[in-house]
Amino acid sequence: MRFIVTSFIAFLAYLLLTTASGKVALWSSTEIIIGIVFALITGALFRNRFIGKNFRMLNPKRWFLLIVYLCGPFLWALAKANIEVVCLVITGKINPGILKISTGLENDLSITMLANSITLTPGTLSVEVSEENGDLYVHWINIKEEFLEKMPRDCKSVCGNFPDWIRRIAG
Amino acid sequence: MAIDIITYVFIAGGCFFNLMAVIGLHRFPDFYTRLHAGTKCTTFGSILLIIAVLIQSISIWVVEGGSSPQSILSLHAFIALIAILVTNPTGAHAIARAGHRSGVKPVKAIVDDLEKEDNA
Repeated sequence: MRFIVTSFIAFLAYLLLTTASGKVALWSSTEIIIGIVFALITGALFRNRFIGKNFRMLNPKRWFLLIVYLCGPFLWALAKANIEVVCLVITGKINPGILKISTGLENDLSITMLANSITLTPGTLSVEVSEENGDLYVHWINIKEEFLEKMPRDCKSVCGNFPDWIRRIAG
Repeated sequence: MAIDIITYVFIAGGCFFNLMAVIGLHRFPDFYTRLHAGTKCTTFGSILLIIAVLIQSISIWVVEGGSSPQSILSLHAFIALIAILVTNPTGAHAIARAGHRSGVKPVKAIVDDLEKEDNA
């Protein structure tokens, strides 16, 4: 099952890259044969790496949510982050520091997604992840003063509602 | 014609953000803040540039039909967009982690939780 799924996704990626190469639908027959061969090799080599403990990411609802997340809140936060960084570049006022935040996320995929998301969103850059409990160490370029007083750091003001989205996508 | 103007707007925006990334690399005081400029602005700038390519190639695709080379160009540009979106933050994360492990300290930092953790 793992082998079939991995090969199939590899084959789809190959077809996407070689679109409009010939006459069989959109592809030439050589490309399709080579694609199948390479997809089988890829599937044999990477079936245990590509797919983790279960097949929950095959659910199309999760993919739909991922696309909604990327086009909606994520894109908006990305645009805001860039305008913020441009302002900081021009004014040069920075107030940096490294903070520890607990995300409450459990599996590797969702922590990866959250780390990548907050790297691209306002003022934060993930530096290190703790292997035991999934806490993230985040470099924040412009720390607000009131944020420093609470010791179990408030996750909300760093990552907004990203953890909720990611829990729905990959949780 | 209108499509050309929209494309120019996107190209100008992309160039502006990439330029800001370069200026940020020079202006910021230390390693981590430079990474901020180097990841966020270049990602967004590249996204805008790729959107410009997509708009142009899709307009040519619509005019000339599916067998034109531009139809492949739009697909490839889209794949490049996804690749940048995944690899850029991952690379920045790897560089930041490597930097902190080899002892680069954030300049002017008002708090450093990771530092405390290492010493404890």
